[in-house]
Amino acid sequence: MKILKLFFIIFLIFSFNHLKASNEDMKNKITKNLRCLICQGQSVYDSDSEFAISMKVLVDEKIEEGFSETQIYDFFKEKYGEWILYDPELNKNTYILWLLPILIFLIGGVIISKNFIIKK
Amino acid sequence: MKNKLLLIFIISIFIIIFIFFYKGLQNTNIYTPETKINNKIPLFNGDLLYINKTVNSSDLFKSDKFYLLNIWSSWCVPCRQEHSLLMNLSKSKKVELIGINYKDTKVNAKSFLAELGNPYKKIIFDQKGVKAIEWGAYGVPESFLINDGIIIKRYIGPLNKKLFKEIESLIK
Amino acid sequence: MLYSTIGHYSLILGLCISLILVYFSIKNFQNYSILNTKILSFTFLQFFLVVVSFICLIISFVLSDFSNETVFNNSHTTKPLFYKIAGTWGNHEGSLLLWLLVLTLFIFIFFLKTKNQPLKYKLLTLVFQQIIIIGFFIFLIETSNPFNYIYPTPEEGMGLNPILQDPALAIHPPILYLGYVGSSIIFSSALAATCLNIVSKEWASHIKKWVIVSWVFLTLGILLGSIWAYYELGWGGFWFWDPVENVSLMPWLALTTLLHCILVLEKKQVLTSWVIILSISTFTLSMCGTFLVRSGILNSVHTFANDPERGLFILIFLFSLIFISLFIFFFFHKSSQNNLNSFFWLSKETSIIINNWFMMYFLSVVLIGTIYPIFLEVLSSQKISVGPPFYHKLIIPFLIPFLIAMAIGPKLKWIKSNIEDRVYLILLLVISIVLSFLIVKNFDSNFLLNTILVSSALYLFFITLRDFFIKKYSNMSQNIAHFGFSLLILSILFNNLFSSEIITNLKVGETFENSKTKIVFESISQKKEKNYKSIVTNFSIKNSNGVNENLSPELRIYNKPNIVTSEADIKTTLMSDKFIVINIVQNQDYFNVRYQVKPFMLWIWLSVLLISFGGLMSLFKKKYEK
Repeated sequence: MKILKLFFIIFLIFSFNHLKASNEDMKNKITKNLRCLICQGQSVYDSDSEFAISMKVLVDEKIEEGFSETQIYDFFKEKYGEWILYDPELNKNTYILWLLPILIFLIGGVIISKNFIIKK
Repeated sequence: MKNKLLLIFIISIFIIIFIFFYKGLQNTNIYTPETKINNKIPLFNGDLLYINKTVNSSDLFKSDKFYLLNIWSSWCVPCRQEHSLLMNLSKSKKVELIGINYKDTKVNAKSFLAELGNPYKKIIFDQKGVKAIEWGAYGVPESFLINDGIIIKRYIGPLNKKLFKEIESLIK
Repeated sequence: MLYSTIGHYSLILGLCISLILVYFSIKNFQNYSILNTKILSFTFLQFFLVVVSFICLIISFVLSDFSNETVFNNSHTTKPLFYKIAGTWGNHEGSLLLWLLVLTLFIFIFFLKTKNQPLKYKLLTLVFQQIIIIGFFIFLIETSNPFNYIYPTPEEGMGLNPILQDPALAIHPPILYLGYVGSSIIFSSALAATCLNIVSKEWASHIKKWVIVSWVFLTLGILLGSIWAYYELGWGGFWFWDPVENVSLMPWLALTTLLHCILVLEKKQVLTSWVIILSISTFTLSMCGTFLVRSGILNSVHTFANDPERGLFILIFLFSLIFISLFIFFFFHKSSQNNLNSFFWLSKETSIIINNWFMMYFLSVVLIGTIYPIFLEVLSSQKISVGPPFYHKLIIPFLIPFLIAMAIGPKLKWIKSNIEDRVYLILLLVISIVLSFLIVKNFDSNFLLNTILVSSALYLFFITLRDFFIKKYSNMSQNIAHFGFSLLILSILFNNLFSSEIITNLKVGETFENSKTKIVFESISQKKEKNYKSIVTNFSIKNSNGVNENLSPELRIYNKPNIVTSEADIKTTLMSDKFIVINIVQNQDYFNVRYQVKPFMLWIWLSVLLISFGGLMSLFKKKYEK
């Protein structure tokens, strides 16, 4: 019962994500999510390599042209593959990635409620 | 009994994890973006280096001919090394070279070509580096072998004699 | 040359001593009258030999002895002396020697300081620790020898990566390793205790000191790494969920959980199986981390030079340890849980179980996020990236109930409790929510989430703060640690909400101005140091208060290796940091300037210090019954 309440709250929180962002905020959000391909583990936002600078210019251009955040991600995914995105999509490849931790949480709850008699 | 079953179960899981890690070790770690072979060339437009004109990708690439798109810049050291091979290739009638000058100044690009020769039929001036990204490139030098609007092969890094021979055999 | 030879043979001798120790321990296991002092001297000798080896490596570096392959690969004659010494452990081979140093040191001190435990237990702990030590000796000598000889002797070395040429290199690895590698003693002793079936309250009291020591060092080590990344990597971030960072966080999560469980075990004979599992897991995670970082299987800004052959050795070693532990746990551990596993729902035991529940969840998130790309690539040759958005999405929602549980949990009594001060608890909750609302309302992104987050952190903050006054000195260490944690979350949240950034391109003499800030690129000059040249720029920045500040970021061109690095200039005050960094733009005569105002950075560091301090304090508090 408690667990259900917990999840309801979490669901509520997620569904209230109204993101009113300016262009600058959107650009920052996108470039933080893009991997700099010639760096060793830095995002385009953090990197100052040639590639990252060009990426930032291109993201600017796409935002000006009116691309949405998802469209920009799709654009770069098409050029470079999924590896360039830091936020893994929820598709058949990543179901386990996203759901396994939650599953472990639930299993933990079950183990606790079974093995420990909680008396009032 | 229950304990033994649990033990066997856990050991199997660890064996599976071990196998995954073992296989993972064999994989190379250098990421080459899916080489997009047999993919259509991107549609784009760009300014030319020598002439003050904007061209469309459809103007540059006609079907029935082989093209080698080469991304280069004057400040890139390996580009100098592959340049002589490009000059050789430009002599062939079977393939036409198109260049993308990446994040350079017109002055430096032109003097580079004046010094080492110009193998390109046309050169796109990509000062911001965004055209290269349209091609899915991320550095210099990179080359794409194109025919009939499709990328046949992609070369990351400078061309060498072996790759040069490969290109020659592909364009026959 | 001479020192390399001494170093090399010291290692081989050390390995021999391991074998001697194991042999003697097993042979005299039943009859152990005179063993105590003999073994103590041998463990000391082993430690001493590793120290000798380590010093020989340092000397080789200082003398720039390029006939030593490790020195050749990582040093240079023009490198400043400080980095010649600190650079000893800045490479794969040297850092493995550091591993051995900590492994042998801890078993020696363990044997020295453990007085009231049965000798059989000490012997078994020694045996298990020596198994680890033997593994590392073989790994070092066979695949990663710091004393490899190259001929002909090169004139010059390859130099040290400029990013590592920083004072933090001298302290971050040693302190981190004291925690990270130190968890090995917990592993060995837990296995020993399981074999002898003495996992009990007495054992918990005894091992608690080691858990705390390891935990404090690990916390400080991670802190130092974050601070170093903050000012050196030039992007103003301090945690990137990079695989190597995650690899240090995972043992920390397991160790913190273990710490809480040991507190329970100290009072009641419960959770014994779980304590054993956690003890084994902490060090296993450390080993797993070593594997991930040194085998080349992961891609990160921190990785050492990678080599799949070495990776294979560590992999086999790691899984041998896992299988040995599994075997011992299943065949020796007699779980005696009968009626002792019933808790009242409102009790301290339950709150610690809830803590465990959430901590294991966080651990699984980090573990799965780090390892999943490897598994996916093996299965389907697809490469994906798992970065900050993944971790944030999965961890942040769960932090909220976690923080609240942290506030209420410690207030509960052992066994059973009625919540006293009910009025205060609810009142503070309301105050937290209102305060949070007022703070966050000007920021419309993620408004609801941020408000709830800030309120739960504030709630923990107020509760622990109030506890300082009403409880006085009882349980001070826990209070400080939890208070520190609330401060940490608050600082990170406020830093996130209130940071601002200006990115612009400027030439010398140019100015950037907006409604709040005016940046003037004052001047530029050159400087020459022993192994680099630098371009020093001077900026004067005026903020909305009218206060003028001068900041001087640099660009350094190192000689060997020939790399350009950007050194940020940071002005730290209690309330915020001002952070500026410049970069060259290819082919242009202007610089790219990045100016950030980051509030509460200092509080992030201080709060982690506070947490460690809380842990440290519990080492010294007198034991008493609640």
